[in-house]
Amino acid sequence: MKANIRKLVVQVDEIRIEMGKPVVPPTRRAVAIAVIANPCAGRYVDNLDELIEIGAELGKLLGEKCVAALGITPAQAESYGKAAIVGEGGELEHAAAILHPKLGAPLREAVEKGAALVPSSKKMGGLGTAIDVPLGHKDAAFVRSHFDAIEARVSDAPRAAEIVVAVAVTDSGRPLARIGGLQKNDITGQDGLR
Amino acid sequence: MSLIEIRRVFTHVETIEHEFGPRTVPQHRGAIGAVLKNPYAGRYEPDILPMMEALNPVGLEMARTLLAAMKMEPEQINSYGKGAIIGSAGELEHGALWHVPGGYAMRELLGWQGGRVSYTQGQAGESTAPQSRPLAIVPSTKKVGGPGACLDVPLTHITACYVRSHFDAIEVSVPGAPMADEIVFILVMSSGARVQARVGGLTPEGISKFDGQR
Repeated sequence: MKANIRKLVVQVDEIRIEMGKPVVPPTRRAVAIAVIANPCAGRYVDNLDELIEIGAELGKLLGEKCVAALGITPAQAESYGKAAIVGEGGELEHAAAILHPKLGAPLREAVEKGAALVPSSKKMGGLGTAIDVPLGHKDAAFVRSHFDAIEARVSDAPRAAEIVVAVAVTDSGRPLARIGGLQKNDITGQDGLR
Repeated sequence: MSLIEIRRVFTHVETIEHEFGPRTVPQHRGAIGAVLKNPYAGRYEPDILPMMEALNPVGLEMARTLLAAMKMEPEQINSYGKGAIIGSAGELEHGALWHVPGGYAMRELLGWQGGRVSYTQGQAGESTAPQSRPLAIVPSTKKVGGPGACLDVPLTHITACYVRSHFDAIEVSVPGAPMADEIVFILVMSSGARVQARVGGLTPEGISKFDGQR
């Protein structure tokens, strides 16, 4: 493995009751987080290929961790998202190198299909900085019930020369979603949008 | 009305590979937070003990769910702790309801053979059998907090609380919880020592008194 992982965190959030009403079946969201050394910290590095390759590794690792934590088959995954927090010895572009060129393909394999854009967020941060990982339906970005976010946070990371990388996967939309729009049962799932 | 309404269950598992030093044995830690409605929120209720009894099966379910999330067997767990975060319409004492059901559910799951009944009744209880590993008190902390409040939950060795390598803590927060009328009840477990423990003191191998302390 190219990535030097200091810590790996997996969280599952299951909502059974919302505003006094049972959520049936409960919504379940998972987020898997890797705390890695930033090989480009502390100086300007022009070529970010090393981070791009780390992104590919983490797309597979974190995507599979989420699916396993939810106890579902890859096909049962419904929405996904990704995010990174770069410690202060790095630069925002390092998050972009991890997240955008190569992380998506292995993540899509982990959740089977994935025609839609993987929504993302990134920021610079310090120890315990929280990032809200956006969530969208994996096959049709306009599915309104699945627009959501899950918070990712590691109390002792990122150190200055670290990056926190998070991938989120769910088997459901928001609890008690009821604001209309495109429904998951009505998608074609081909163009990534509807 | 049932005293138990579980609104949300949050699990957290982590593997610590290293802390910038040499790689040794990775440490596996886990936490579970169950978000329950606080049936006593918004008023002073003199008799809150019925909820302590009602929480017993919740504690056991949580301990089992956490072990499953950690993918570990009871014999692989070597330290533990517990905690509670009470929403703003409750009082600290509501969190204290967790002392018996939280601690004993986890201890029994890990093989404790002592007497929960006598402890519940405020008595010392019969002497514990040396062959049961979870002899030590389950360390705890609690506070009243708002949604997303963080609690540093202590961890200590399950057989002897003075084992120095196992003094630890894990920060637990459930984003969005507790709301005013909720309580987050928390259990935490770990595979063992801090990942680069090296400050001496009592070691697991040195446990000899089996009194829960040394």
